[in-house]
Amino acid sequence: MAVSQEYFKTFRDLPREDWFVCGHRACQGCGEAIAVRLILKALGPNTIVVSPTGCLEIISSPFPYTSWAVPWIHVAFENAAAVASGIEAGLKVLARKGLLEKQKTNVLVLAGDGGTVDIGLQSLSGALERGHDFLYVCLDNEAYMNTGIQRSGATPFMCWTTTSQVGRVKRGNLTWKKNMPAIVAAHRVPYVATATVAYPLDLANKAKRGIETEGPAYLHVLASCPTGWRLPPELSVEISRLAVQTGFFPLYEIVDGEFRVTVEIPRRKPVAEYLKPQGRFRHLTDEDIAKIQEQVDRECARLGIP
Amino acid sequence: MGEAKSEVEEKRERLEAPLRDGWRKLPHSLLIFEPATSLYYYTGDWRTFKPVRDRSKCIACLLCWVYCPEGCIYIASDGGIDVDLNYCKGCGICAKECPLGAITMVEEEK
Amino acid sequence: MARRIAVEDSHAVALAAKMANVDVIAAYPITPQTHIVEELSRMVSDGEFDAEYINVESEHSAISACIGASAVGARCFTATAGQGLALMHEILFIAAGNRFPIVMAIANRCLSPNINIWGDQSDVMSSRDCGWIQIFAENAQEIFDLILSAFKISEDDRVLLPVAVNFDGFYATHVVERMDLPEEEEVRRFLPPHRTARYKLDPDRPLTFGAIGFPAIQFELRRQWEEALCNSKQVVKEVWQEFGRIFGRHYDVLEPYRMEDAEIGFILMGGSSGTCRVAVDRLRERGFKAGMIKLRLFRPFPKEEILEAVSRLKTLITVDKHICLGGLGGPLFNDLRSLFYGFQRRINVAGFIAGVGGRDIKVEDFEHMFEKVVKGEVSPEKHVFIVRGES
Repeated sequence: MAVSQEYFKTFRDLPREDWFVCGHRACQGCGEAIAVRLILKALGPNTIVVSPTGCLEIISSPFPYTSWAVPWIHVAFENAAAVASGIEAGLKVLARKGLLEKQKTNVLVLAGDGGTVDIGLQSLSGALERGHDFLYVCLDNEAYMNTGIQRSGATPFMCWTTTSQVGRVKRGNLTWKKNMPAIVAAHRVPYVATATVAYPLDLANKAKRGIETEGPAYLHVLASCPTGWRLPPELSVEISRLAVQTGFFPLYEIVDGEFRVTVEIPRRKPVAEYLKPQGRFRHLTDEDIAKIQEQVDRECARLGIP
Repeated sequence: MGEAKSEVEEKRERLEAPLRDGWRKLPHSLLIFEPATSLYYYTGDWRTFKPVRDRSKCIACLLCWVYCPEGCIYIASDGGIDVDLNYCKGCGICAKECPLGAITMVEEEK
Repeated sequence: MARRIAVEDSHAVALAAKMANVDVIAAYPITPQTHIVEELSRMVSDGEFDAEYINVESEHSAISACIGASAVGARCFTATAGQGLALMHEILFIAAGNRFPIVMAIANRCLSPNINIWGDQSDVMSSRDCGWIQIFAENAQEIFDLILSAFKISEDDRVLLPVAVNFDGFYATHVVERMDLPEEEEVRRFLPPHRTARYKLDPDRPLTFGAIGFPAIQFELRRQWEEALCNSKQVVKEVWQEFGRIFGRHYDVLEPYRMEDAEIGFILMGGSSGTCRVAVDRLRERGFKAGMIKLRLFRPFPKEEILEAVSRLKTLITVDKHICLGGLGGPLFNDLRSLFYGFQRRINVAGFIAGVGGRDIKVEDFEHMFEKVVKGEVSPEKHVFIVRGES
């Protein structure tokens, strides 16, 4: 098995420049914004970014203010991977014909969970299966936050959202979160990984490894959302850390089909520590939490995490 | 400082000209031709609390720089960190994450 | 020197894309477009020209991939029909409104329900407000010529809009016709081998494409787009004139047939105009002053040219292959009656709906329409369906 390269060993290895810049309109403490800054630091300016509709698109491009210092395009909600396919194919053929100065430009999709696991799943599946050389990042804040916290296929079990309300008959979202990295891995793409902003070097290295991989690469980032998770903004990074430390969101990569945990958690914390600070889980009873704990234990066992 | 501010205001006025000038002068398909123009859009007035750094405690570990969602913490000439309050929304992540307690959130005086 | 060949119309489409030296083809198979993409796939696999053929998983992704490719400066092409065009609907607006040069061939097919793979114009007519340049072709030669010229129109800096070239599913896809195939060198004199993109995704000059249009700017953006589309008519005419100079085949936004002294004339688009010409000849033999206008450019709507063409006409017969359900008839009927209202001279418009769902429009059908008009049986208030169950 190939050893995963550490491109960034300390924070000082990250470029000082930002290609996602100040003045964007993300909410206070937005985890997605942290992730995007880091990913672009890892990839650098020779990058074309495609964003489907979603928080990121809204906060970064209200004309005439753009937060992008790299070329960026938004087309629609469900087609970012298809647009990226066209960009990648276009660059490839133009380079082959000698019409481009650069032989290689990074193609990066920065999408939300709705644009990835729900409405964009078909176009992503097509692009993965066709083998385009690009990095697709899902910035998963676990609901349609931009439109007001509506439930998506990435919303966790029993979570409150504005379309999975907690009432007398139903208590939140009654389905388990769709396992998107596994769906991507089933396409047998060369690189799949998960990350959170609480482990920034892990995140940056994975983004870099993804883009350096020939062929499709997929990075699933748990992007904390203080607004939608009903969380004080200063806890945005802390909650992302707890997601990992409780085993709720394990950090791993699958390189050419080989799975490896990248951030080992010797002793998992109880999942309650992750759930309790968040208003979206406020209604959970001890029994509910036990049910979630059971599922987390099962999933960790499946992945070989102690 | 006052001079710099007016420069930004002027820039903003130029950027926003298409909003006033009518459709004939509109940039082609609403393209934004200049990169990173949101640097001229200040988000600092969203803030209720502002981060204050205690230089004696800071060891410039850069955690706050990495974790800042705005990217408004920068590495100053002395190698330490500084906050550009034009953009800081006061989320408080830097104060929360600082391992040495070198940043405190202080209520803004308005 | 051009070479005279016998070619399946679908292959004429593929030949046009090949001779245009397209960089990217993104397409999803749908009847009756399949022979086009099969032939393009064969050409690319045989190395007849260098292009990326993206086997997308839907038409929605086909047009989306074309936008991506167009945004980096590639010359790109797609083809679809019927349901495929409907699935693209959302993205059609974005391709045009964000001004991406793309050429699309549409083998016109009836929209479901019920599922029907045969030709009418309900697909493109349901997308007529998408802001594309929309052209209609009749036969293999016209299809080839108009697709080739569509690239030049689309990529013109004064235009930068996508172009759809329409032709009848099956009647103009699965038939073999005679065609003059130009030499590569002639084509290169007309169309440069590569596109020069003025605005593109380029790390050396980072542009932001697709910024949010707040209410304070969106209306102006739409106005700009409308202006660009209307102004493109001039470029369409120029490009076709240049085409005529180089290749000797002359095209204009419409093509009048025996209209000089006509009193009653047909107007229609696409392949049925060939049948209509025969009907006009027969009606002339019977002593009627009949004529026909084949409309080649549907969007932007060539108002001035139509008004000039009908200046001596008493009645114009519109033949639509689509019903604006619950509205006032067919799209041509709507557009033309609206155009003539308030015109200094009264022109009657008699609206007919025919050929829906692949129903053949025969010479006799055109004669029947004409006779109904002559007998005064067509009320200006009501369109007539050439359908079983109505006289």
